This record gives sequence, C-alpha cells and structure tokens, in this order.
Amino acid sequence: MEIRTQKDISQIREKVVQMAKLVETSVRDGVDSFLSLDTEKAKSVIGGDRVINMLEMEIDRETVACLILNAPVAGDLRLLFCIQKMNKDLERIGDHAVNIAQASINVVGSMAPFEKSSVQMMASHATTMLHDAVECFTNTDPQLALQVLENDDQVDDLNQLISKQVIDMAKRDVASVDLFLELLRVSKNLERIADLSTNIAEDVIFYIKALDVRHHNLIPPLS
Amino acid sequence: MSSIITNPRISVQGLNFFYQDNKVLKNISIDFADKSVTAIIGPSGCGKSTLLRVFNRMYDLYPGLRAEGSVIVDGRNIIDRSVAVSTLRAKIGMVFQSPTPFPLSIYENIAFPIRLYRKLPRSEMDGRVENSLRKAGLWEEVKDKLQRSGLGLSGGQQQRLCIARAIATQPAILLLDEPASALDPISTAQIDILIGELKKDYCVILVTHNLPQAARVSDYTAFLYVGDLIEFGATNQIFTNPGIKQTEDYVTGRMGY
Repeated sequence: MEIRTQKDISQIREKVVQMAKLVETSVRDGVDSFLSLDTEKAKSVIGGDRVINMLEMEIDRETVACLILNAPVAGDLRLLFCIQKMNKDLERIGDHAVNIAQASINVVGSMAPFEKSSVQMMASHATTMLHDAVECFTNTDPQLALQVLENDDQVDDLNQLISKQVIDMAKRDVASVDLFLELLRVSKNLERIADLSTNIAEDVIFYIKALDVRHHNLIPPLS
Repeated sequence: MSSIITNPRISVQGLNFFYQDNKVLKNISIDFADKSVTAIIGPSGCGKSTLLRVFNRMYDLYPGLRAEGSVIVDGRNIIDRSVAVSTLRAKIGMVFQSPTPFPLSIYENIAFPIRLYRKLPRSEMDGRVENSLRKAGLWEEVKDKLQRSGLGLSGGQQQRLCIARAIATQPAILLLDEPASALDPISTAQIDILIGELKKDYCVILVTHNLPQAARVSDYTAFLYVGDLIEFGATNQIFTNPGIKQTEDYVTGRMGY
C-alpha cells in the first residue's frame, strides 16, 4: 500500500520523465531540421512546443499541491525541489529547440553550403548531455550526473570555435551573412541547452545526495 | 552520538528504563543543549514520553519502574534517590498534553507552586505571578481577572497558564509533552511562538507527534524507535538529509508501509 505522498510524487515524477523525453526528441529533431534543411520537421518541432509548455504548467500545479497537502520533508522535499527547477529548465530547452528549428526555416532559400562538422559535433555533445541529464534523474544516478558536469566545457569550447569559423566565413562571403547569423544562433542555442543540462545534473545531485555543487562548488567523492 | 552539544544542560549516559522486566529505554545516551529546543520524535510506544518522565522522576511512586544509568544535571545524577524529587521538580518544570490547571484562581495557579518552595511577601509574589504570565504570553489576556478560576479559560489559555505555572519556580529546564496536541491551529501557533521565546531562557525538551511543529520550533531532534536512540542531530539536518534510513522513513511517513 502506497501512502498518498509517495503516490503524488510518483505521478509527478512520471510526468517529468514524459516531458523530458519530449524535449529530447524536440532538440534532436530541431538539430536535424537545421542540418538537413527540413522545413516540415522544423514546423513539427515548433508546433510540438505547445505540449511541452502545457506539461510544464501541469507539473508546476501538481508540485505546489503536493507541497501544500503533504508537507514533505527530507528526500521527498529535495526531489520536489529538483523537479521544480528541472521543469523550468526543460521548458527552456524546448524553447531553444524551437529556436534551432526556426533557424532552418529562416535560411532555406538563402543557404550557401557550409561546413557542418563543427555544428554536428556540438549538437552531438549537447544532445548527449541532455540525454544523460534526463537519464540521471530517471535512474537516480549521481555518477552519470557528474559526467554531465564534466562535459560542459567541451560544448563551450565548440561554441567559441563555431563563432570564430562563422566570422572567418562571413569575411570571405558577405552575401551569405544571413546564414552565418543563423549558424551563430544555432550554436548559441546549443550552448544554452548544454548549460541547462548541467543545471539539471546539479539539481539531481542535490536531490540524491543533498550536496550543492553549483558554481563549481567543490564536489566531494560521491559514495 | 550527541557529541555536537558542548556544555549540555542535561547529559544522559547509558540510560536504561524498565517497566518490571520490560526494558523500554535501551542504553540511551544523549546531550541536551541549554537555551535551545530539542525535539524528541518517534512512533507511539518508542519511549519518548517515558524518557521525558525520567527527567523529573515521575516514575518514583510506581513500584516496578526503575531507571539505570545516569542523567547528569549540574554535576549530579538526578536519577539517584539521594536527589530529592521536590527540589528536582522545582528545577525541572513539566507541561502535559492536556492542560491541567488547578481548580484555583489564575493567580493561585501560579502562586501555589512557588509557595511550596519559597515564602515571599505579597508584592514580590505579585511580581513573580505577573512575570510568569508575561513570559507565557498570557498576562494581557488575564491581568484584569486574576481572581477568576483558571478553569474558566479557553484550552489554549489554560495551556499557557500551565506553562506559566511551570516557569514560576524559575526552573532551568522545561519538559513539554505534546503541549499543543489538544489545541486548535491558532492556539498551536501561539504555543510555537511561546516556545521560541522560552528557549532564550531555558533548556526546552519537546516531545511531539507533530513533525512540522518539531521542524518549525526545535534546534535539535532526537529520533527514538522501540526504546533505541536511532539518530540525533540538528533539526535542519534531520529533516532535510537524515543519515539513517529509519529516520528518513519515519519523517517522510513511510514507516510501517
């Protein structure tokens, strides 16, 4: 027999996992739509954001109700605290996926060939970080959360590399500046997705271990 | 386990308590800090009220009840029979779950226990009564009707009268056994505020089933289970990140499921 608190928290947790999977798909499809200039896929990402936003509001409502009616403490409270923050971060990741999809619509028709490899590499890192952040929450895995934190610098470095490449390309081909601006936008949005995935990993560590590892706070060995 | 307390007001060391052959407190060692609130929590039958009643030797008159070990207050083991119970209970006041005002006037409810220990001139007694009622947050409500019966007060007022009575003998330690469990939420909130004031002057030990109250008002929390001390720590730590799974199960309501 499950007590009410546990039931309520389980339901909210399932909804968060559902939302996280939708956001992951949205990011993957958003990146695909830009790299392959698939405007139909881009429109689907943009349209799908509505569901993510609805879930964000539902999760917020249910979390507040759970806090008020159950007055949870200890691990339950830390989990709900993590969910509240993760909910917001996932919704923003969804927005960034929409921005990336929008970029593919913006450049169609004015697209000069461009070197995709850096963008692909950055997208791969960012989507892996997001996937791992979601997995560490779903599976209550603090070691995986630590891995996410360690990968953030790679994405930042790639963002800077892409910015440099775009500036170089723009100097050589001023006529294609629209494309280059969209490339910068995509790179920036991927960098934000990686940052927000890091936030999620930090919140999961707090939930599991009651440790605050934000802002490069010293991370003790996780037992 | 309680090494986090320096200069404890009460130091319990290896305490065992028996109802006949039944050991209901098992080798309890815990320090209670002065000028703070320590909550004792645990499921029914865990021994928390028994532990409280050891401190003022409520078991003295009952055959077959005995305590072994030591409870040190001011350098003396107070469970030793050489310590007089009457002197002990002037130093350690107690408030019970149901308000227990005497069938006397409000004034006499406070003056009567003082007279058991001290003979005071009227003016000084008046001052003590007023001081106790002020500290209990009751003075403004009763100052114009001190000669009325204490039994005529509301439940919340009666409980505050009992707290005033407990502090009238200027004790060092206050034992509160679920002081708000018979009260409505407003009276409970008043007791919460009062406990916050009392801890400035006294070592307060609070037994409560009300976990949110324990979290709100106490500085330290001890979790007892079937006569054992499972965990003791700062209240913040016990309620955000308990170290022992049993404690986590209890405070999150999972124990028993």
